[in-house]
Amino acid sequence: MLEIARALVCRDLRLALRRRADVATALLFFVIVASLFPLGVGAEPNLLRAVAPGVIWVAALLASMLSLARLFADDHADGTLEQMLLGAAPLGVVAAAKAAAHWLVCGLPLVLLAPLLALQYDLPGALYGTLVLSLLLGTPVLSLVGAIGAALTLGLRGGGVLLSLLVLPLYVPVLVLGAGAVEMASAGLGGQGQLLLLGAMLVLAAAAAPWAIAAALRISSE
Amino acid sequence: MKWFWYASPETFYPLAGTMARASAVAAAALALAGLYVGFFVAPTDAQQGEVYRIIFIHVPAAWMSMFLYLVMAFWAALGLALNTKLSAMMARALAPTGALFTFIALWTGSLWGRPTWGTYWVWDARLTSELILLFLYFGFMALQASIEDQRRADRAGAVLAIVGAVNVPIIYYSVQWWNTLHQGASVSLTKSPSMAAAMFTGMILMALAFWLYSIAVSLTRVRCMIREEK
Repeated sequence: MLEIARALVCRDLRLALRRRADVATALLFFVIVASLFPLGVGAEPNLLRAVAPGVIWVAALLASMLSLARLFADDHADGTLEQMLLGAAPLGVVAAAKAAAHWLVCGLPLVLLAPLLALQYDLPGALYGTLVLSLLLGTPVLSLVGAIGAALTLGLRGGGVLLSLLVLPLYVPVLVLGAGAVEMASAGLGGQGQLLLLGAMLVLAAAAAPWAIAAALRISSE
Repeated sequence: MKWFWYASPETFYPLAGTMARASAVAAAALALAGLYVGFFVAPTDAQQGEVYRIIFIHVPAAWMSMFLYLVMAFWAALGLALNTKLSAMMARALAPTGALFTFIALWTGSLWGRPTWGTYWVWDARLTSELILLFLYFGFMALQASIEDQRRADRAGAVLAIVGAVNVPIIYYSVQWWNTLHQGASVSLTKSPSMAAAMFTGMILMALAFWLYSIAVSLTRVRCMIREEK
């Protein structure tokens, strides 16, 4: 089973490597959205420092969601998905592998880029650790929960907009806890509580979401 | 196997008609009684004056909004598990009513917030989670509307409703820790109510009226769906 998961992750990573433009677009979107805020709200350093965690988290949320629409679309179009449904591998494992690959391609780069954006916002250096850690724990949840929405909207007209309507309300706890962790840390209270809750949500999502994704994939392609 | 006798739309249709009529009548009677108690019997609040009387709409609507989401998720899950068409119809019929009550709760809440908090909207925990609940209802309805194959729409909606139902408490608590300004719950199961008995009676009467109203309209909607399919 782990063999299958590894093979699937490697395949998706290879596919992403062949189409670097797709990955780059989502990352550029992340950077651009985060750079627009100072232009909108003004470049007052104290204000920027205050809004930094929220802005970076919202931008990460949107960037991760943008790339979701493509998660199953290509496999659906060329028939690979049907083979996965028919194959001997448990569909839950396939779904988990797809979500993991999505995180490696679209989530991890966001985590690595976040300190650069934090620099733009003049976030105190002591908070970088909490910010990166919160994104590290939170973005996999986004990939897992988002994959449910992606599987449900597979092949629908206007799937992208619909996907955001389905998925964004479900992202709220991650956003609240993720940005909250950094804010708590900046208030000198330490963000451990929020980080632990984010970890709990990651465990819950990792345990339950693959089966929901699998059920959604079966429904969408029957 | 008597349980499944009414699982067929044909046998359920006449029963739904009778139940819908009876619920509608009872809802109207209870709403009249509740409004009477609310406006004429319940005493004026010591701090908030007459303004608080919107509670008789606001709190029951908020209760129903959350309750109906769970009921909807229950029927959707039943439809997914047992593959009964009627359960999926129930879920579909409940969504607009749930969204309506969520909207009413938000609307009356903002009208209540203006004189007491001095603003129509605050990013308070319960207001925010109610707003997100409204988005969840919209998501369910949008998903249902954009899938043409009704069977797929029902099953996809069911998965979304279940995921949403798991998420509702998580959203509620995460938002609660984030920010809260809202007055504590007026009624809880573990404590005796912190309000006058007449106020409590009015609220319970209105909640029952809203509940029966939901039954009446959703059963009527199910009847329309059964007709459409024929």
